[in-house]
Amino acid sequence: MSTDTPAPAASTPDRYLAVQRSDEFAGLRRALRGFVFPMTVAFFLWYALYVILSAYARDFMGTKLFGNVNVALIFGLLQFVSTFLIAWLYSRFADRRIDPVADRIRAEVGEVTHEHGPRG
Amino acid sequence: MNTVLAAEAGDTTARNLTITLFLIFVAITLAITVWASRQTKTATDFYAGGRSFSGFQNGMAIGGDYMSAASFLGIAGLIALYGYDGFLYSIGFLVAWLVALLLVAELLRNSGRYTMADVLAFRMRQRPVRTAAAVSTITVSIFYLLAQMVGAGALVALLLGIRPGTTFLGMDADAAKVATIIMVGALMIIYVTVGGMKGTTYVQIVKAFLLMGGAVIMTVLVLAKYKFNLSSLLGDAASSSGKGAAFLEPGLRYGVEVAGNSTQTFYNKMDLLSLGIALVLGTAGLPHILIRFYTVPTAKAARKSVLWAIGIIGTFYLLTLALGFGAAALVGGEAITAQDKAGNTAAPQLAEALGVDFLGGDLGGATLLAVIAAVAFATILAVVAGLTLASSSSLAHDFYANVLKNGQASERQEVNVARISALVIGAISIALSIFAQSLNVAFLVALAFAVAASGNLPAILYSLFWKRFNTSGAVWAIYGGLLAAVVLVFFSPVVSGAPTAMFPDHDWQWFPLSNPGLISIPFGFLCGWVGTLLSRERDDAKYAELEVRSLTGAGAH
Repeated sequence: MSTDTPAPAASTPDRYLAVQRSDEFAGLRRALRGFVFPMTVAFFLWYALYVILSAYARDFMGTKLFGNVNVALIFGLLQFVSTFLIAWLYSRFADRRIDPVADRIRAEVGEVTHEHGPRG
Repeated sequence: MNTVLAAEAGDTTARNLTITLFLIFVAITLAITVWASRQTKTATDFYAGGRSFSGFQNGMAIGGDYMSAASFLGIAGLIALYGYDGFLYSIGFLVAWLVALLLVAELLRNSGRYTMADVLAFRMRQRPVRTAAAVSTITVSIFYLLAQMVGAGALVALLLGIRPGTTFLGMDADAAKVATIIMVGALMIIYVTVGGMKGTTYVQIVKAFLLMGGAVIMTVLVLAKYKFNLSSLLGDAASSSGKGAAFLEPGLRYGVEVAGNSTQTFYNKMDLLSLGIALVLGTAGLPHILIRFYTVPTAKAARKSVLWAIGIIGTFYLLTLALGFGAAALVGGEAITAQDKAGNTAAPQLAEALGVDFLGGDLGGATLLAVIAAVAFATILAVVAGLTLASSSSLAHDFYANVLKNGQASERQEVNVARISALVIGAISIALSIFAQSLNVAFLVALAFAVAASGNLPAILYSLFWKRFNTSGAVWAIYGGLLAAVVLVFFSPVVSGAPTAMFPDHDWQWFPLSNPGLISIPFGFLCGWVGTLLSRERDDAKYAELEVRSLTGAGAH
């Protein structure tokens, strides 16, 4: 038994199993995974495209758009933009769709506490 | 070592000012450390700063922990010498934060307590998993530490303007190097043993503000010089680099095309992909970053920390673009390589040039140089303190308390062991750095990222998301990924068989890539999968607990 999970009431494992099987929790998991998995795939492919173009499409990346600004620079800056954008989208999504449900379930499991309390 | 920097502008002034500013930084951080030690009573205080930091504070501290000398001096130098390719590094380092944000930070915060292994070992047999996690944590942290400390040693002679044949406080350049390594090591040991996580966090926050302040000032001055016209800055950088438009395109440093040698060209391009994947997947497996998520009270605050971190780190990497191209345009590649072949002094040299222009004369140059040099030392100190804390926490909490003492150690004993561990790890790092000071160990940062991505990340992701994952899988993933990365690098051109290698006079190289990630990361994930299937261990009830706790924060520490 881990020191990090001091054994609470004997019925606790069953309670966690019951919560895990509840519709509410299944909905929370589905919502979270439905957002983070596709988003991870998307930003990873977008980043991979950037690295692959940097390696294999030098002529395209070197195309000048205006002044001395070329496609490579814009593509790189777009990686910054997409990172900021995804971070913002996720934060909005989590605030609206994840936190309220997580708070509700946590309150239901509430009795499971230990010596450090929720704020450690 | 060349002396352009020192000879140009009143080097005594610069040196005195650098030392004064640096001593002020040290005095302030030591005062904070002593203050923090009075607030550090429990194990939670020592390991996790009492979980009392706000999302904003932790976001700044993450920035201070993450933006190392490799980021500040290294990337600015890469851009100054190789143009666009330095930017590739920044992008990998930034995008990587999405892995931490979307998949790791909040779930880790909810289910762990002090170390990475708390999450990995949650539903596993404690001893094998915690041993593996401690080995990996210490390996990654020491690699990273060595790169930073050797870097600090290499910089000091340049930043203080100690010329060959001259001495400073009776030390020549080589003695000053050793003295710097010892001083950096001693300070990081003090920050960690005395101040714990609280002290370390405030050091990192102060450093983050100093670094951002320095970078913003320099960027504004560079841009002002070009009347805020980015295109003319780029044009000037390209023309003074002597490489023309190619300077603004990928390919001068990474994925180099070697005319008439298609095999080498192929390897170079594979190497670029390999570096790219390690950068983007490594961050979320770096133990010194992961433990920062425990310093905030809730998962929501952990999320806010990462958002702030993405903001500050992203902004900083945008600024390095101006610094790097500014150094290329205003200092010039020749003057930079004359100081340091790797370009690490590009940012301080740019500061000097800007100071001469805007503050007036040699004194102005010396002043701005001194400010930026002091910022560079602050940067190194904050990062090495974070690394020492991560490795000593893991040694004490994972190995001592849970492996040796089977979870029976008291809080007090555990924290004492953590302090002793910090001392021992610090001493070992000092010794190794002095031994390695003349070797080219810059590759160790990329190696640390590769190990984190190959061993730690698969174990963390499987732990959090795969019900079937078990002890055998975790142990296989960590050791498999760690060994694959280290062994491949050992037989790569960065260690032997190349003029720029760590051991240029030896040749046992057979692996063609400098970066192992392309092979070792999939290998680590594969190991975790195979290892899991080879064992029948499976604990659905424990996974239910981990999943409910990680997603909802129920029962969180």
